Amino acid sequence: MITVTNLALLAFMAITAWAIARTRNLFVATMLAGIYSLLTATVFVLLDAVDVAFTEAAVGAGITTVLFLGALLLTDRQAKPHKNRLGHRLGTYGSMLLVALLGAALVYTTLDPLMPHFGDPGAPAQGRLAPEFLADSVRQVGREKPTATHIPNVVTTTLASYRGFDTLGEVVVIFTAGVGVLMLLGGGAVRRRPGPRKGKETTGGESTSGESKSGGAGA
Amino acid sequence: MIEHVVLRVIAKLLAPFIVLFALYVQFHGDFGPGGGFQAGVIFASAFILFALIYGVENARQIAPPAVAQAGIGLGVLLYAGTGVAGMLLGGRYLDYSVLAHDAGHGQHYGILIIEFGVGVTVAAVMITVFFTFAGRRGVLEAREDTGVPHDGDDER
Repeated sequence: MITVTNLALLAFMAITAWAIARTRNLFVATMLAGIYSLLTATVFVLLDAVDVAFTEAAVGAGITTVLFLGALLLTDRQAKPHKNRLGHRLGTYGSMLLVALLGAALVYTTLDPLMPHFGDPGAPAQGRLAPEFLADSVRQVGREKPTATHIPNVVTTTLASYRGFDTLGEVVVIFTAGVGVLMLLGGGAVRRRPGPRKGKETTGGESTSGESKSGGAGA
Repeated sequence: MIEHVVLRVIAKLLAPFIVLFALYVQFHGDFGPGGGFQAGVIFASAFILFALIYGVENARQIAPPAVAQAGIGLGVLLYAGTGVAGMLLGGRYLDYSVLAHDAGHGQHYGILIIEFGVGVTVAAVMITVFFTFAGRRGVLEAREDTGVPHDGDDER
């Protein structure tokens, strides 16, 4: 049963990806990308990775779609037709061929008898690292003795404590992304700097006429 | 600003529950699925929903850009500061066991604090990025009005 569900979801994902690549309507592409993320989240649920599924649904299907829509307001709804059609065609079919070859190579590696099957409990990845991580996480992080505080979600203990440095790095990545967007696009609170910059008109326009129009942009 | 009554009422009704759910996800990440990343995104989505329906300038009054931009750095500082606090209490960096009287409680407190830092940074970044993008259209139009040339936007 679960194989059928997996196959159906993967087929839906392939169809959605094909539709995203085909459509010229950017709004449709954005919505389809959200659907793709939701399908990915469902696959993660089937794989018992609920935390990852939650993240995928919230970030991929939710906020990314909204941010794309926000970016879409700044441009047209329709992608412009390419000027160099032959070159575009060549690029499209060339990249499709490349992706097909890569996929075939990946499928070929799974035919290797040494390669464990999908979801095989005896796979090396399940046999060595995972039990060690689980045991260490419970021993070092979860509880010292049975009466001590117990943190049941092993994903949280692993991410927040066992791999604290890794998660700190992830937060710094998000921090950098936010600061980068602010520096490139200039946030709402632009500080005026003396010097030959044309930010003065920008700031003034934003606080008067720009503000009233941005409401319409959000609608 | 959207004039549909249904959308306006529902958005206003839903926003507090979205924030409440974000807080649930934030502080129950140690018991169920969730944590700072998901909670921050859900928290920000409440403000983004409000901004979509009621307009960005109204949403900016609820979440001032200065506050959101301060949150970007504060979350990271809270996370890194927890690590430093562990060092000052005699442990290693990001070792939470020394934060309380026993290791189990210390780990629990440490995880709660750093997850909160993650949530603050993620929510602040998402709100800031959306406001920046949504406010950008106003900036472009204002520039067109004043006749100041802008870059890379020929088709408009």
